[in-house]
Amino acid sequence: MMDKKSIRIKPSLPLYLVTAVALVLLYLLVMQLDNQVYYSKILVLMLINIVLAVSLNVTVGCLGQITLGHAGFMSVGAYTAALVSKSMVTGSNIGLPQYMLALLCGGIVAGVVGIIVGIPALRLKGDYLAIITLAFGEIIRVLIEYFDFTGGGVGLSKIPRLSKASQVTIIFWLAIVCVVVMYVIMTSRHGRAVLAIRDDEIAAEASGVNTTYYKTFAFTLSAIFAGIAGGIYAHSQGILQAKTFDFNYSINILVMVVLGGMGSFTGAILSAIVLTILPEVLRGFNEYRMISYAVVLILIMIFRPRGLLGRSEFSLRKLARIFKKKGVNGHE
Amino acid sequence: MNYFITQTINGLSLGSIYALIALGYTMVYGIVQLINFAHGDIIMVGAYVSFFTIPTLQSMGLPLWLCIIPALIICTLLGVVIERLAYRPLRESPRIANLITAIGVSLLLQNLAMKFIGTESKQIGVIFSKQETAIGISPNTIIIIVTTIILTLLLQAFMKRTRTGKSLVAVSEDYVASKLCGINVDHAISITFAIGSALAAVAALFYISTYQQINPTMGSLPGIKAFIAAVLGGIGSIPGAVIGGLILGICEIFTRAYISSQLADAVVFGILIIVLIFKPAGLFGKNVKEKV
Repeated sequence: MMDKKSIRIKPSLPLYLVTAVALVLLYLLVMQLDNQVYYSKILVLMLINIVLAVSLNVTVGCLGQITLGHAGFMSVGAYTAALVSKSMVTGSNIGLPQYMLALLCGGIVAGVVGIIVGIPALRLKGDYLAIITLAFGEIIRVLIEYFDFTGGGVGLSKIPRLSKASQVTIIFWLAIVCVVVMYVIMTSRHGRAVLAIRDDEIAAEASGVNTTYYKTFAFTLSAIFAGIAGGIYAHSQGILQAKTFDFNYSINILVMVVLGGMGSFTGAILSAIVLTILPEVLRGFNEYRMISYAVVLILIMIFRPRGLLGRSEFSLRKLARIFKKKGVNGHE
Repeated sequence: MNYFITQTINGLSLGSIYALIALGYTMVYGIVQLINFAHGDIIMVGAYVSFFTIPTLQSMGLPLWLCIIPALIICTLLGVVIERLAYRPLRESPRIANLITAIGVSLLLQNLAMKFIGTESKQIGVIFSKQETAIGISPNTIIIIVTTIILTLLLQAFMKRTRTGKSLVAVSEDYVASKLCGINVDHAISITFAIGSALAAVAALFYISTYQQINPTMGSLPGIKAFIAAVLGGIGSIPGAVIGGLILGICEIFTRAYISSQLADAVVFGILIIVLIFKPAGLFGKNVKEKV
């Protein structure tokens, strides 16, 4: 038997190449579906949900704290991006540079709100943190409806969109960049500090991890990408209403994370895909969608409290290891 | 000045409804450390049970408030069943799992009601007269405030004086030790859910007699606000829940009356944030130090 260490493959150029090729193939596959308006709508929604689910996974899965106000950060990003692009562009179409700038602004403002909410909220844990983030989410919604520059209760409309031809392409690569950035950060030194806090906060603190800093860090990261997802949402829908981003929206995102496996990026992505497609595929299902979400949530918590994938990830490295093992066994 | 007094009394009346709901939250949280998100939806169930029994009561010529009897029975059973099926299997699981389950149960109740009863709001006739009497307060308001006071006193006496009540206090003080002393913990937890849900049924009656309108999501906002009331008063404390509820009710009504009705919810949630940041144990709560 070979010992595990010797067949471990270090991240290498071929592996990155394989990943890149796989992504391009995926992109070509996605573009095959993009020829119909109906499909492209679902594709965009799916990509937004992926970014949302992965960003919530950073707080719920990696930091281990439940937040119920994720839609609040999303709405901040959505409104900021929409207001920025409306002030830059007069027509109904937006160019790529302006689009990126709008999303960036959305992400930054959502991140700032994340810091403002996070610093006081993260002094609390568990249930109390959940309820305080719920409170912040609701306050954000009420304030958006209260002020005039956000369109009040009527909301914003006529938000410029990307041209139909390039929309899916841009959002596809954008979503990939978002997921990769979050993954890289969460597997870096900083990410490991966050994971340490999840596993044992007191032990992490005793080992010299600045828990307040890293909790706020993860929380803000999560808020930034929720804001970017919000910006994408605003520009793909063309209209925004504050009441869209209510408690139920936050729950929808939470269901994706919980179903996929808290702490698993792969899980969050897969369940975001499945939960976006499922209501579309099963026409009659939509009526029972929320009922079955609820039942699924309860059953998963009772029978598989870590979610379907737990904390495991899909990785080429693991795949390669399995193949290598087979090869080695064949030679023996 | 008269306006001020009217608003204060309105606030007390709304606060009493919050207080009744908050009692359920605070007892359940005290004993199993779970924010029972489904508690608000038990109010919704109670309201719908009342709604469906009122026509029968009308045809029999009985007073409408008797709809509280089926509502009490069904809510109590529902509370116990939810605990048995959804929360008991998770008692040893991490708290996050419990919280998500509670959210799941809440969603389930709301969406079942939406699917099988319909999403539209339904109107309910007059249960207690809202006509102002000579002293300027309607019978509805008086009944709500007085009943709440009586129920709170009864509950307090039950917890302090009776054997069962003492066992509930013991379980919420120390789960393991009370088990060792021979207290049937499962039984105690079931009773807690039963009492909390029964109080929610009473709150449901007062809610429909005040607002005369019900819909499947009516329970979630009062539920969350009542939880805020319980946190404000100090979770686990019975007088705390009632006083927290009254303070919250008055704050909400005053914001509606003097500042802006749109901002009322923001003010209530703002109170929660301020309390949690500066005094997480609430007004009457105990400070628990974390141990390694």
